[in-house]
Amino acid sequence: MKQVQLSHGGGGEETNKLIHDLFYRHFKNDILIKAEDAAVLQTEGKIAFTTDSFTVSPLFFEGGDIGKLAVAGTVNDLAMMGAKPLYLSSAFMIEEGFPFEELERIVESMAAELEKSGAKIVCGDTKVVPRGSVDKLFINTAGIGQIMREGISSQTIHEGDVIIASRDIGRHGATVLMAREGLEVSADLGSDCETLWPAVEALIGDNISISALRDATRGGLAAVLNEWAENSGVCLEIEESAIRVSDEVQGICEMFGFEATDLANEGTFVAAVAPMHAAFAVSTLQRFGFCSDAAVIGRVTQQYPGKVVLHSAFGSRRFLDLPKGELLPRIC
Amino acid sequence: MSELKLKDLYDGFRDPATIRMLAAQIGEAAKALHEPLRIMEVCGGHTHTIMKYGLPQVLPDNIDFIHGPGCPVCIMPKERIDHAIALARMDDTILVTLGDMIRVPGSQSSLAVERAAGRDIRPLYTPMDALKIAKEHPDKKVIFFAIGFETTTPMTAALLHAAIAQKVTNLYFHINHVLVPPAIDAIMSDGQAKINAFIGPSHVSVITGAKIYAPLPQKYSTPVVVCGFEPVDVMQGILMAVRQQAEGRAELEIEYSRSVTMEGNVKAQQLIDMYLQPRSHFRWRGIGDIPDSALELKPEFAHLDAEKVFAEVLPTEPIDDHKLCICGTILKGLAKPMECKVFGTACTPNSPLGSCMVSSEGACNAYYRYAGVLG
Repeated sequence: MKQVQLSHGGGGEETNKLIHDLFYRHFKNDILIKAEDAAVLQTEGKIAFTTDSFTVSPLFFEGGDIGKLAVAGTVNDLAMMGAKPLYLSSAFMIEEGFPFEELERIVESMAAELEKSGAKIVCGDTKVVPRGSVDKLFINTAGIGQIMREGISSQTIHEGDVIIASRDIGRHGATVLMAREGLEVSADLGSDCETLWPAVEALIGDNISISALRDATRGGLAAVLNEWAENSGVCLEIEESAIRVSDEVQGICEMFGFEATDLANEGTFVAAVAPMHAAFAVSTLQRFGFCSDAAVIGRVTQQYPGKVVLHSAFGSRRFLDLPKGELLPRIC
Repeated sequence: MSELKLKDLYDGFRDPATIRMLAAQIGEAAKALHEPLRIMEVCGGHTHTIMKYGLPQVLPDNIDFIHGPGCPVCIMPKERIDHAIALARMDDTILVTLGDMIRVPGSQSSLAVERAAGRDIRPLYTPMDALKIAKEHPDKKVIFFAIGFETTTPMTAALLHAAIAQKVTNLYFHINHVLVPPAIDAIMSDGQAKINAFIGPSHVSVITGAKIYAPLPQKYSTPVVVCGFEPVDVMQGILMAVRQQAEGRAELEIEYSRSVTMEGNVKAQQLIDMYLQPRSHFRWRGIGDIPDSALELKPEFAHLDAEKVFAEVLPTEPIDDHKLCICGTILKGLAKPMECKVFGTACTPNSPLGSCMVSSEGACNAYYRYAGVLG
């Protein structure tokens, strides 16, 4: 089995070969192959700029892998600002001995994910570090996108806005947990990892009045809703029964004592939209397979500014708090 | 493992229409009460359910919940956590334990802090993973810091059984398993707590049988209902307790009849008896010393007992809680979290002073997470 050697990061012939035979082959575009010290980019109007580093164990999981995550994650951060993803950088930190075959699968997966938004990887970096310095492979991606709709912000959510979730929650967190623990709960459980730009582009194209968008990644739905309540000084009142949770995810939550609202997602987002556009926004989202479960889950009031209130179907209510610390299973 | 469907186990037991119907029935039955029903939910799991589902909001005012000592993290005295830290600090050691224990502060540090400082400390999803870790690291001492009530004890016994059968010699046990009935007795015989009914945790009785509560109704004239953890279970359990009280009965009843019997899981009980015996004394955090309230390894397994094998590194002085913390008073059923001066201010889940705020089973944590100003 061919493995990545320290020499692949040494800057010499092996590095050159790795870049040309692997990265250029899959990420090929006019800007990248110029191989200058920096990419020269053409943009119009306002741009959004973001970066994220990706570490996940295992690297391959049901529904995705670290490469798909690294592209979808950064592209989604741009999309959530109403920006069309254009250019990405990609930096690989690879542990010595990492199998070439797996690296190629990951790079292929990144190339396939890029096609969904049309974004390009235009610059990059490769470091190979001695065994034990990183856990197999870390990827950092940064992205630039062109703002297609201004004013989308977690600070401008208004009283009266309606909160929409794009699909069922908790799939990514539950899938990775299961893969890590080697438990097979159900064949139907897979990560929601997905590029969200096409759905956001459709919302913008349909002139939906959007106050805020946010993908519910680490910290899950609970973190997004709390950040919004805090940043906009509003109360988010959520109907618990409107939040979709698959049986598989709920089952895992039952086994470990987790809350689906705390689990990570990688292709699920939340939107705050003007009330008159709520139904239209839901139907626009439902045109996309990965948003077919889109639903209104709540509304914005001023009852407890800065707080998220969860209403049960039998008439009680409670605060939905931010997840705390690392997710550890309950004892009993 | 083939397809596992958990949905059927909980789905109907969260049904809004059933909960509403039970709330109406409790409201009706509670009219006949001569004095308020002060129910102690012994187990932190019940506290969690009650707060998470906001059950007090749909119940009449003359039903009050008093939170009991049944959280294995909350009742762990600081000196025992210091034991875990001292063990983790030994060379060539991997300390393994369950969930929330990682976060609980001892007198100076916590396992989370020690882990960040480079100690090998690992949370387990199941105790059996400790065996795997011990086999993978034959050159290291793997120490299982075992915690929990009667519910988790069989898993420790099963781990002991497997380690001995498979001749794994580098796995040691620090046993902190505690028992529900002596703690209830300690609280009730103290005489300060105004409790006139109990709901007991079903998972304990799945193992021990409901029989462990048999003496209580007569001794303290209190109904005891062994009850599941889903909201419908808890509501049904409350209804049963209210009816008993209204009819002047004090009996042991089983709500969770789908798994609980009077006798319990005899096989599990035998496995526990094979390896563990009652410990003469155990100091409960905030409550103090309770005789025969915990378990320890039998003398013939002393070579696996981390408390004996590594005795020279373990501190022996008892350490009390922070003086502002009223966890002990809460665990005795004498106060509610919001009566604590530091609740939600100096003491939060991110920087807990007391263990009731650390554990997701703890009363303070449940109040902080779910109630806040909604109280």
